Order: sequence, then C-alpha cells, then structure tokens
Amino acid sequence: MKSLGKKKKALRPARPANTHTVPWKQRLGSASFLAPSLIGVLVFFILPFMVVIYYSLVDNPISGNFVFLRNFINVFNNAAFRRAAFNTFRFSVIAVPLAVMLSLGLAVLLESKIPLRSQFRTFFLSPMMVPVASVVLIWQVLFDYNGAVNDALSAFGISAIDWMKSDYSIVVIVLLFLWKNLGYNMILFMAALANIPKEMIEVARLDTSSRAQIFFRVKLRYLSPTLLFVTIFSLINSFKIFREIYLLTNDYPYDSLYMLQHFMNNTFNNLDYQKLSAAAIIMPVVVVEIIGVLFIAEDKFGKDVEG
Amino acid sequence: MKKKKKTSAPRPLIGRAGKRRIRIVLVTAIAAFFAVLFLLPTVLTITNSFMSSSEISANYGKIFATTDTGGKVYIGEKVNLKFIPDMVSFSQYITVLFKSPEYLLKFWNSVILVVPIVVFQLLVASLAAYSFTRYRGKFKEVIFFIYIIVMLMPYQVTLVPNYLVSGWLHILDTNWAIWLPGIFSPFGVFLLTKFMRRIPVSVMEAAKIDGAGEWQIFTKICMPLCKGALYSIAILVFIDYWNMVEQPLILLSDPEMHPLSVFLSKINAGEVGLAFAVATIYMVPSLLIFLYGEDYLVQGITYSGGIKG
Repeated sequence: MKSLGKKKKALRPARPANTHTVPWKQRLGSASFLAPSLIGVLVFFILPFMVVIYYSLVDNPISGNFVFLRNFINVFNNAAFRRAAFNTFRFSVIAVPLAVMLSLGLAVLLESKIPLRSQFRTFFLSPMMVPVASVVLIWQVLFDYNGAVNDALSAFGISAIDWMKSDYSIVVIVLLFLWKNLGYNMILFMAALANIPKEMIEVARLDTSSRAQIFFRVKLRYLSPTLLFVTIFSLINSFKIFREIYLLTNDYPYDSLYMLQHFMNNTFNNLDYQKLSAAAIIMPVVVVEIIGVLFIAEDKFGKDVEG
Repeated sequence: MKKKKKTSAPRPLIGRAGKRRIRIVLVTAIAAFFAVLFLLPTVLTITNSFMSSSEISANYGKIFATTDTGGKVYIGEKVNLKFIPDMVSFSQYITVLFKSPEYLLKFWNSVILVVPIVVFQLLVASLAAYSFTRYRGKFKEVIFFIYIIVMLMPYQVTLVPNYLVSGWLHILDTNWAIWLPGIFSPFGVFLLTKFMRRIPVSVMEAAKIDGAGEWQIFTKICMPLCKGALYSIAILVFIDYWNMVEQPLILLSDPEMHPLSVFLSKINAGEVGLAFAVATIYMVPSLLIFLYGEDYLVQGITYSGGIKG
C-alpha cells in the first residue's frame, strides 16, 4: 500500500484503527482509479443529460416555467419529426433482420471446412475498417441513374431505376449498412458457434439428424444469447445510419431518407432547445427499454445454456 | 468424424465423399460471391484513384459533371465503371500530395482529432476498468450499468449534452469539444473491464500478499496481461473516430477544422478524380492497422459480445 498516494495517508489518522480501516482504504484506492473516468462521464454525459431533461420540461431555459409534457406533444405533432421517426423506424425494421440473418449465414459458411477460410474472414471484415467517406464515391457511381447497377440491370431487361431519388433509396442505404456491419456481427456469431460444446453436436449427429436439423435444433439454441445480442446491437447501430446518408446525399436527402439525426441537425441550426431536448429524450427512453430487454433476456437465456 | 461402415442399403449414385465435395465447392462458391461483393467498393475506389482526370471525366462525367466544363473535357455518353484504368497514372496523387495542400491539411486534422482520443481514452479506461475489476460492490455495478447505457446511446442523444457542455466550458469550435467527450467515452472502459474480469483474482491477490501496492499491481501485473486487449480497443476506437461525421458537423462550425471524413463528401464535382485519390489516402491508415491487427480486432469484437461483465 506504499504507493497509494498522499490522500489515503492523510486519511489514516482520522479513522481509528478498527475493523473498518481496510475496506475503506480499499474502497478509496479503487475509487481514485475510477475518479478520472467517472468525473468525465458525469461532466460530459450524465450532468448535461440531466439538464437536457430539465430543458425538455420547461417553456424556456431563462424563465424556467414548468410545462410538463407540452414540449413532447409539440415534437410529436411536428410533421418533420414524425416523418424522421417513421423513416428511422422503417429503416431499422428492414435492415436489422437482414443484418442478423445474413451475418449468421456468413458465420455458418465459414464454419465449414472450405479452402481460404481465414482469407474469407478478412474479406468479410474489411468493410468495417474502410471509412464510409472513402466509399461513398463508388456508391454514387454504382447507384447513379446512369450508373453501373442500372447498366447491369438493363442486361436483364429491367428499366433504369433512379436509386437515390426515389423510394428505392432505402435499398441503397440498407446495402451500405449491411456492407459495413455484417463483418462485425459475423465475428460474434463465429465466436458463439465455436463455443458450442462439440459433444452436443456429436450426439445429435449420432441420432442421424440432418445438417439442417442439427442447426435448428442444437446450434440455434446455443446461439440464442448471441442472436439476441446481435439483434439489439444492430438495432442500435441502425439508429446511427445518418452518417451514411449524410455522406451520400449531404444535407438534402430524398424524403424517405430524412432521419431523426437530420431533424436534430436542423433543430440545432435554429437552436430551439425545447424541441431539441424533447426529441433527444425520446430516443434514450426507447434505447433504455431495449437494453432492459437485453439484460433480462441475457439473464434468462444465458443461464439456460450454461446450466 | 463418422465411421465408414458399409450399410445394407443400396449404394447411392454419389457417395458420401462425393456429396461432401459438392457441398464444399458450393459453399466456397457462395463465400467467393460474397467476398467479391464485400471487396468491390474498396477495390474499385483504389483502382479508380490511379486514373488520370481525363479518364475519370470520360467515365463518370455523366454523374458528377453538374457544372459546364466549357466543352474542353470529353464526357462519355454512358457511365463506364472500370476496374482497371486504361493507363495507370499517379497524377491525382501528385496533385493531392504536392499541389493542393487543403487535402493534406484535412488529413492532418483527422490525425489531430483521433490520436489523442485513442491514447487518452485507453489511459482513462485502464484505470477505470481496474477499479471495476478489483472491488466490486453494489454501487459500482450500478455505475457500470450506467456506463453501458451511455455507451449504447446513439449520437442523436449524446450530441445535445455534448453541445451544451462545450458551450459552458467555452470549448465549442475547438478540438477540445471533440477530444473530451471522446476521451471519456465509456466504450473503452466497458470492453477493458470485460477483459480484466477474466484475469484470475488469485494472480492479483498473490502480488498483494507479496507486498505490492494497488498501483504496482495495476502497472506491473494487470496492464501487461491486458496488452492484447489494449490493442483491440485501440483499433476499435480508432476506426470509430476515424470515421466520424456527426460530431464535427455540430461541434466545429469552422469547416477549416473539419476532418477529412467530413470534407470528402464536400469535394465538388470538378474534382472527382482527386476525390478517389483522397478517399484512398484516407483508407490507408485504417487498412494498414487492419492488415497488421486483424486478430486483435477479432478478439476485441468477440469481447464486445454480450453486455454484462
């Protein structure tokens, strides 16, 4: 305990040397390790968030009249917010199931004994390391009205689609999202697949189960916690899709790509604190609920599988 | 594997070994198909960066030429996606690296914004993770839970608080507005705690019995054991911030200070050729890290799976 620092030495005479001394010292010691991080998180995330909650409940920060839910009702009645929320929600509903299923599919592919397995893993993972800003150009080339995808489609007799300026734009964004995120999810599934006890699969094989049966009856059961985690993780990632949309379309995306973050950015420009705060609070309420579900489910499934 | 036993059933047309081989060929083909899809955007960006500007405008002029070029430049009637340039040319790179300093300045902005975040987030996170690992009480579990919630919040949520604090501290429109929230972001703490909690308690307790103080246990025992995890987290934090877009848009009003990730989307139509070269240059650091640290990256992702410590 020599090198614990001066704080603790100064405290020593203040406390009688009875039973409590050791735990207190330990507690203080470990608290001092946590202090920098905790202060930072408090100052930069927790405290300002409390202020945001306060702002969302008053009519304006200076007079501070309590208006309870009026700001929220205003935000909900705002057509732009509703559209942004709907678009964000719709994107998640489309993108997340695809992200989960395809990444599981890739993990299963790489589980079989094919040549160049580790190279395939590298290839699938590589988009994660490529900054989105670097590939938007090629994305624009591919999905422009005169672009390469339409060119390829015309070979099949499909007429040109105006990808970025129609409801098809969501397809483009979903593809970009999948391209970027599948690798990460795949790694999680690969780790989970590797952790399935070999005996279980052997037993199932002796029961002459088919490959599909083994997958659905045995493996999927062991994968359920990961499945849930990946789903929720993808869902949270799907809320961040603004970045890709912004880089592809700048400030003025096609209508169906107007996301919550666009709404926030526009509100930032007007510095409407009430609207901004209320909008910023609706999101965490949703996210915290999602995390709650995750915790409960992990408690339940996690033990189920381990036990 | 299975025992090869001859059964009384009639022999199938294709034997088990044959079926296996067909399956493997099929699976490999599917994997190869996806591999091509995954690599295509990156590879195309890199190969296209070696085209001369006249070739770029001939191929893609139709898409990007919104301004009148005055008939000086030939613009192809159709968009012509090319894998390999007609003639490999380094002219774009020469322009970017030697003739137009604004791109290098933006690249430097990115470095300046990201490196301190990686270094100091690791430092702060190591200390905090050690604390979360060594003495676990009810109170700390609650704090850890709060960290997880903060970590999982999308930018829509954290940006408003960040903006407010930056205003109070008068650091808005300075790099500090990006650095400080990045340094104190709980992501590193979360991941490192998950890793440290796998180190057997007995290792650290043994050092303590030998008379080591907490600081010594932390620096001499815990940190060396966490080396791999630190690399993993450094990679994950680096790519997250190297890719940043939202924070500079809101916290840095001066476009001169923006990182290249934001600036790339603003390169105008006349400079598409340059944009490919700049995009490639911007990829280089993260791709190099990937090539050398893929295993650490995979390990880091694996540890992030599952929320609880």
